Amino acid sequence: MPDGAVPVLDVRDLKTVFRTRGGEVHAVNSVSFDIRPGELLGVVGESGSGKSVTMMSLIGLLPSPPAEVRGGRVLFAGTDLLRCPPEHLRSVRGHDIGFIFQDPMTSLNPVFTVGFQIMEPLRRHKGMTRAAARERARELLEMVGIPDAGRRLRDYPHQFSGGMRQRVMIAIALACDPKVLIADEPTTALDVTIQAQILELVRDLRQKLGMAIVWITHDLGVIAGIADRVIVMYGGQIVEQAPVRALFGNPQHPYTRALLKTIPHVPGARREKLSVIQGQPPILRAAPDSCAFRARCAHAFDRCARENPVRIDLGGGHDVACFWDPATGGPRHG
Amino acid sequence: MFNYFIRRLLAAVPTLLLISFVIFLVVDLAPGSPMSEIPLTVPPDVRQKMIEAMGADKPMLVRYVIWLLQFFVVETGWAIQNLTGWGVIDAITPAMQKVMRLLLNSETYEFTGQRIISWQSKVPVFQIIGERLPQTLTVVGTAYLIGVLIALPIGIYSAYRQYSWFDQGGTFFSMVGYSVPTFFTGNVLILIFAIRLGWFPTIYDTNLSVTDWASFKAFVRQMALPVTVLALFNAAEISRYTRSSVLENLGQDYVRTARAKGMGEGKVVLAHVLRNSLIPVVTIVALGVPTIFGGAIVTEQIFKINGIGAALIGAINVSDLPTVQTVTFIFAVLIVLFNLIADILYGILDPRIRYD
Repeated sequence: MPDGAVPVLDVRDLKTVFRTRGGEVHAVNSVSFDIRPGELLGVVGESGSGKSVTMMSLIGLLPSPPAEVRGGRVLFAGTDLLRCPPEHLRSVRGHDIGFIFQDPMTSLNPVFTVGFQIMEPLRRHKGMTRAAARERARELLEMVGIPDAGRRLRDYPHQFSGGMRQRVMIAIALACDPKVLIADEPTTALDVTIQAQILELVRDLRQKLGMAIVWITHDLGVIAGIADRVIVMYGGQIVEQAPVRALFGNPQHPYTRALLKTIPHVPGARREKLSVIQGQPPILRAAPDSCAFRARCAHAFDRCARENPVRIDLGGGHDVACFWDPATGGPRHG
Repeated sequence: MFNYFIRRLLAAVPTLLLISFVIFLVVDLAPGSPMSEIPLTVPPDVRQKMIEAMGADKPMLVRYVIWLLQFFVVETGWAIQNLTGWGVIDAITPAMQKVMRLLLNSETYEFTGQRIISWQSKVPVFQIIGERLPQTLTVVGTAYLIGVLIALPIGIYSAYRQYSWFDQGGTFFSMVGYSVPTFFTGNVLILIFAIRLGWFPTIYDTNLSVTDWASFKAFVRQMALPVTVLALFNAAEISRYTRSSVLENLGQDYVRTARAKGMGEGKVVLAHVLRNSLIPVVTIVALGVPTIFGGAIVTEQIFKINGIGAALIGAINVSDLPTVQTVTFIFAVLIVLFNLIADILYGILDPRIRYD
């Protein structure tokens, strides 16, 4: 990956708040990251860490109310997506930025044929005729590995299995050759063998089409296999960002280290009990003024309760938001 | 789909037979005599002759079987004969005569295509229905159509802007519209718009025929109040169903997918959401069609519309059993029929059902 290439998507200081009856919930707190052309960015964190909400808010897919994007900047092709007219945002969605969602069983409209649903963005964004769109839809179905594509276009979602439906979702997301594909836990709802097939498919398509991919998951094993770079999220913040090797080889944040310990290792004798991170991610009623992870952190000390750590650049594209230094086992200096 | 349709149609036959028997039984058990309207000065032996002439002296089961034959064989035969000109009645005469002689235990009975005759007016019940139904259909049909047409947009917009002023207002009005009975709203509207303001006539003139602009205006004016009462009542119910159905679908994942594809809100709501939301609404609308005939009975009384509901009430008042039984049974047939129609529409709208 060429370092320093112009990012296709540049997110700065994104803040998203949900207004609920019980008060505000700060779901995304000053999140900044970018993604470069052709890169596969992994986003990890447990449920409720703000991964999906971050991705949905940058393209305006969260229902508002209750969600409200409070601040920040999302630069895409020279436009701030948070401040552009809704019509422009719609012309970006599904055209330049494609989405795949977690549950393929419910993400397709049950009353329309699969062909119609793939053709929709083609007709909307590319202005294709019905015949041209149908032909392109057939190509797309073939590309995602659905046999007998021409006939399957006339079938309804319920006539496809879960894995096949996720392939259809991928075909829809890729229909207009997007520059960025956001995949929100696309394999979580599938069984393991199908997961592997979908991963393989995305890896192939990425090589063939060269789009940038944001892959949201809570499965670090998946990330190790496909990502170039990883961001780790906790409490609606990015706590660590690193190239994939650096993250697995030299994890800095206690949360990242804890997450890595939760991966089961199958080969060899069973040496230790599978580790768990005790407790739940916090529900933030206000913008954090202390470290969100400190209640569950084994290394927390007094400073963690006083201020919220900012991300410190460690060099080599690696940064971490923590006051603790695993190298010394004490407070980080500098 | 076709097999399914045929299966449902066949299953409807025993259902309808059972319903017809229950109706016959219940109506027969009701107190009152067909002679109650006959002056007391008529001597008892003449009364007895009249009862015999109507066939009212026969046991209930015999009258039921005769009625069934008349409804399904004779009336159907007449209908076909009148439509196509085929000699259906002549063709069934020998068989019918044999069966009827057996039933009536009479060697002299001559079958000449006797239809179901009203005890009150001594004309065929179907002739009465044919005269009265157009009035009902004009008023009730228009009201239902208008009701559905205003309910759908209100329901959709209420759901799309949930908890907005529009939605709150809609909720309030449909609650009022649904909980206040039509005989109350009808009388209030008559009081205000017909008596106080004098904008509309208080009663519905069945004899009015539309020939020119003036008579058309009179027609619209006399339709206005009954149609408003029924349309509001229907719209209240249907808009609630539409709202909750649209609301449920708006939260579905496929809606997010449609938005993620960059589809405009109009497309998302009116194509993706609506198509799914209409599945339960269509059922409610179709099932509501036969019940509006029943509901219209009250409205017809208030506005003095000479429709099928008024005919039924009149027949009940004078113990005109053949008319009551036949009209009630037709309502039952309509309910079964529209159940079937609802199922078919369901299959058309939802491919998951179509292919099962």
